Amino acid sequence: MPAPSFLFAQALSGLTAAMFLFLVASGLSLIFGVLRVLNFAHGSFYMVGAYLAWQIVHWFGRDPASFWWAAVGAAVGVALLGGVVERVLLRHLYGKEELYQLLFTYALVLILSDAAKVLWGTGQLSVSRPPGIAGAFRFLDTTIPYYNLFILLLGPAIALGFWLMLGRTRTGRFIRAAALDREMLGALGVNVSRLYTGVFVLGSFLAGLGGALVTPVKAIVPGMDVEIIVEAFIVVVIGGLGSFWGTFLGAVIYGQVLSFGILVFPRFSIFSVFALMAVVLIIRPWGLLGRPLKT
Amino acid sequence: MSGAAPVLEVRDVHTAYGLSRVLFGVSIEVHAGECVCLLGRNGVGKTTTMRSIMGLTPPSAGRVLWKGSDITGWAPYRVARAGLGFVPEDRRIFADLTVWENLDVAVRAARGGAGGFSIERVFDLFPKLGELTGRQGGFLSGGEQQMLTIGRTLMGNPELLLLDEPSEGLAPIVVDHLRDQIARLKGDGLTILLAEQNVEFSLALADRVYVLEKGAIRFSGPAARLRADEALRHELLAL
Ligand SMILES: Nc1ncnc2c1ncn2[C@@H]1O[C@H](COP(=O)(O)OP(=O)(O)OP(=O)(O)O)[C@@H](O)[C@H]1O
Ligand SMILES: [Mg+2]
Repeated sequence: MPAPSFLFAQALSGLTAAMFLFLVASGLSLIFGVLRVLNFAHGSFYMVGAYLAWQIVHWFGRDPASFWWAAVGAAVGVALLGGVVERVLLRHLYGKEELYQLLFTYALVLILSDAAKVLWGTGQLSVSRPPGIAGAFRFLDTTIPYYNLFILLLGPAIALGFWLMLGRTRTGRFIRAAALDREMLGALGVNVSRLYTGVFVLGSFLAGLGGALVTPVKAIVPGMDVEIIVEAFIVVVIGGLGSFWGTFLGAVIYGQVLSFGILVFPRFSIFSVFALMAVVLIIRPWGLLGRPLKT
Repeated sequence: MSGAAPVLEVRDVHTAYGLSRVLFGVSIEVHAGECVCLLGRNGVGKTTTMRSIMGLTPPSAGRVLWKGSDITGWAPYRVARAGLGFVPEDRRIFADLTVWENLDVAVRAARGGAGGFSIERVFDLFPKLGELTGRQGGFLSGGEQQMLTIGRTLMGNPELLLLDEPSEGLAPIVVDHLRDQIARLKGDGLTILLAEQNVEFSLALADRVYVLEKGAIRFSGPAARLRADEALRHELLAL
């Protein structure tokens, strides 16, 4: 039996990983729920967010607040990239066969991955923790970096804000109505194509933010795009595609299973995640909090 | 109706769904303050005519003019903002949104600054909705959904209401209530284009009638003529 403090540390590290996953998966799920596009390039937006953050820190390294500028700048930069992609390219594929959308977003994965290699090389890059919260504290015999605590608070705060936006604001009502019946919403005078752009930009912003914020805890490497998109897909499958709290729950479960799976299958921790996904797919194919698709 | 130009003019419209052609040169005029009824059996193209006007299924030929400007091919949201309100026959309530939320997404300020509709006025028209504000649209009865879909479109302050088969599938007592409320809207000066299979319902409301058959206008004339002439009614609509 491992020591309690060790279990606590594992749980915390799983929870921290879950918050990054949530940032990425919630946008993926939102974009699918509203635009009906499964965006393979969503993980690439996360990767671009990470590289942009590194770049901005590199430029403004002397400024103690450079990390925060980098996080905001990277998220906004990725949001703009998402906006351009949706307006100029993706929009022509709505209502066409889904295969075209999949091919398009997959092409985007390849393009962005090569572009990142050209611009930032193939080596590892890293960003140090922001000076204000670079330290750590001890709690229950465990060393917890302040930065991780910040992430553990930020994740739920963003989830709550996102949820309130969807549930309580007029924009949120438009988004939910568009997910249910785009044509009807348009006939009521709402410019749904602008709304689509907004949703895509919001989802991209969250992916970019996730990528930027992960840099102090994880090295930036080529391939991080594919890794996160696979994880995000698993999260939404577990939680239920299109279900907001399902995505949050899915991320938390994923983080825990991965974190403790290491103890059971030290060399194949990803196996426990796949096993979990298989179990969920067998007992609730629409995910833990999702709803069966109406046919 | 005589001198003034019509507010809505549908000119020789042809519409198809992909390769399947449905409308073959439909022409309709609606004047301000009128209630015009499109009658016709199942599948003759009433809904398609309305979808063509709204831009939901743009015509392949012909023109749609709204107050003299050509709105053919406009995106539906622009048509709606120009003052046309569409109430679909299948109601299309946003099932996960509450009654209040369904009304709220459709709010649009009145053109020209006139008073216009508010949620209170919709509840005044359909008091039942006022008791259900927090209920999700998917949990309403057919009659309640019909009231909600009309109320929702009214929130956009349309000058012309396109009402597609409002009486379909409703209990007789609900149909009577609905007819009275539509008559009230007409009394308030709203222009209405109504598509119906229920002849009695529409003749009670309409000033003029178009009868559609196989995607073309078979008859047009004052509603009074159909009301008075049972033989003609029979011939056109074969009840
Ligand atoms: N989305 C569609 N795709 C293909 N054909 C369609 C579509 N919608 C309607 N049609 C066809 O077009 C024709 C006219 O349909 P439309 O719905 O306009 O008739 P309608 O007069 O409104 O009938 P109803 O009284 O049943 O509502 C019908 O033959 C119908 O089968
Ligand atoms: Mg119809």
